[in-house]
Amino acid sequence: MNRFTAFIIKEFRHILRDRRTLLILFGMPMAQVLLFGFVLTNEIKNAAIAIVDPSKDAQSTALIQKLASSGYFRIEKNLEAASQLDPAFKEGKIKLAVVFPPDFARQLDHDGSAPIQLLGDASDPNTATTLINYAANIIQDFSAQRKAEAVLPYQIEVQTHMLYNPELKAVYSFVPGVMTLILMLISAMMTSITIAKEKEMGTMEVLLASPLKPIQIILGKTAPYLVLSFINAIIVVLIGVFIFGMPIRGSILLLGLESALYMFVALSLGILISTRAATQQAALFMSALGLLMPTMLLSGFIFPRESMPYVLQVLGNIIPATWFNQIIKGVMIKGAGIEVLWFQTCVLGVMALVFVVLSMRNFKDRL
Amino acid sequence: MEAHVIFTDKLTKTFGSFTAVDQISFSVAAGEIFGFLGANGAGKTTALRMLSGLLKPTSGIAMVAGVDVMRHPEQVKRRIGYMSQKFSLYEDLTIRENIRFYGGIYGLSVQTIREKTKKLVDKLELGAHVDELVLRLPLGWRQKLALSVAMLHEPRIVFLDEPTSGVDPLTRRQFWDLIYEAAADGVTLMVTTHYMEEAEYCNRVSMMVDGKIEALDTPGQLKKTYNATSMDEVFRKLARG
Repeated sequence: MNRFTAFIIKEFRHILRDRRTLLILFGMPMAQVLLFGFVLTNEIKNAAIAIVDPSKDAQSTALIQKLASSGYFRIEKNLEAASQLDPAFKEGKIKLAVVFPPDFARQLDHDGSAPIQLLGDASDPNTATTLINYAANIIQDFSAQRKAEAVLPYQIEVQTHMLYNPELKAVYSFVPGVMTLILMLISAMMTSITIAKEKEMGTMEVLLASPLKPIQIILGKTAPYLVLSFINAIIVVLIGVFIFGMPIRGSILLLGLESALYMFVALSLGILISTRAATQQAALFMSALGLLMPTMLLSGFIFPRESMPYVLQVLGNIIPATWFNQIIKGVMIKGAGIEVLWFQTCVLGVMALVFVVLSMRNFKDRL
Repeated sequence: MEAHVIFTDKLTKTFGSFTAVDQISFSVAAGEIFGFLGANGAGKTTALRMLSGLLKPTSGIAMVAGVDVMRHPEQVKRRIGYMSQKFSLYEDLTIRENIRFYGGIYGLSVQTIREKTKKLVDKLELGAHVDELVLRLPLGWRQKLALSVAMLHEPRIVFLDEPTSGVDPLTRRQFWDLIYEAAADGVTLMVTTHYMEEAEYCNRVSMMVDGKIEALDTPGQLKKTYNATSMDEVFRKLARG
């Protein structure tokens, strides 16, 4: 029997026999995408709001109607005075309040302008920001309409278009984000754990004392996980496309190749970790702390990199996920090709090279 | 048959400024059971790893089965069997799968592996358990299976790194029966251990202290030289310097 084949067969036996890990491997990515897709959505529908409208004139009524018919808001309370808002917010009954001045229509007609106060419940800052933006847009639209009717000497009309993702669907950023995370998780974490397991059980010594070459051992340990990662990536993309209507605007081939490159980086990182970790526990801990956390927090998957302190931005640059996240978003959402993404691709390529050389050298020295 | 299947001359391994094995020289004849004794950290495992091609020696000469370890570690690996401290079987694989895997990585054909499996299982009386996970096997059986698996490709030399650690005395005794059996077939066995009573079972033992071989002889001769009643006493006298 071919030595390498025997090794690969053994690896697949390990994986298939460990049902629990297998379930986590395939269940978690699906659960994550579905959860992120359905629950953690940034788009808000039917948010409960309160209206404080002491003026009750034609203009304010028209605007309130416009707000109510937008689909974003549901008018939960009509209050007489702003002082009644505090308990409503505290009880969590409303997320946003729109406060009109007592003489809204008169101010508009006389001065050409009137203030409207928007109050958001910023104990949940993301929701508050989104709601305020929605409301502000509707009000702006309303005032633009009125200006058009009034025929003023000149007017500035702001037209906003959200490119690539006009409905601001959160899943557009979560599917690439989860892919980035999953590929890193399975490739790096699982590889490092499986190699550490051989060390822990004492079988690594026997493997190294056998005629198998170190490179065969490494390849044999990583190849099955490469296959698993790829299958997982396909599942995540399919869920994104068929359940959440996520587009793949660029080349699917490019997407596959870039994913393979990223997985390669992750695998070599996994090997590097395994050369340092003597036990499975240590490997798990090191990959969770060293890979998972930075990938989630610093890559721009959850928090925008632009708003991070400078040091963290720099730190984010050495995380492979940061670059892959840009690539995958570019390919899937913007339809970008290699002519745009060559730099990110090169960075990943260099990382792959560095990690492979480092891990190979370490593998030989340490075992 | 060659006179010496293992031969070393001033074999040395240093890790940075630490000398783990310090200029050891000895030779082992075919069919001999050669013991490496010493406290933990005395350098016996390091010595064994160098001889089995796992570690590159820093200096000195080591010939194993006629091959220079320094120059052709890969060829050495092909000719030896190796059993590590932890019995080195995969617990989540069955007995049959373990045998198939180890046969496979030593390049045995599927046919040969099938025949060997049957022979081995019959010999160890494991017939009823061949498709059970190794996890469920008692420690003593695992250990015997591990040795048999290490000798699947019929090596002339087998290295055993503390093969009996953590096993009860009775099982240990049974394990040594297997070692004797192999030696009777002309296989050379090199064993490290820190159980001094096991030294009595070896044809010759080398006592290692701080990376050096302090004494090397048959157990009987060692006891005579050091005027001791047991190997344990020999070792204690040696270690005290």
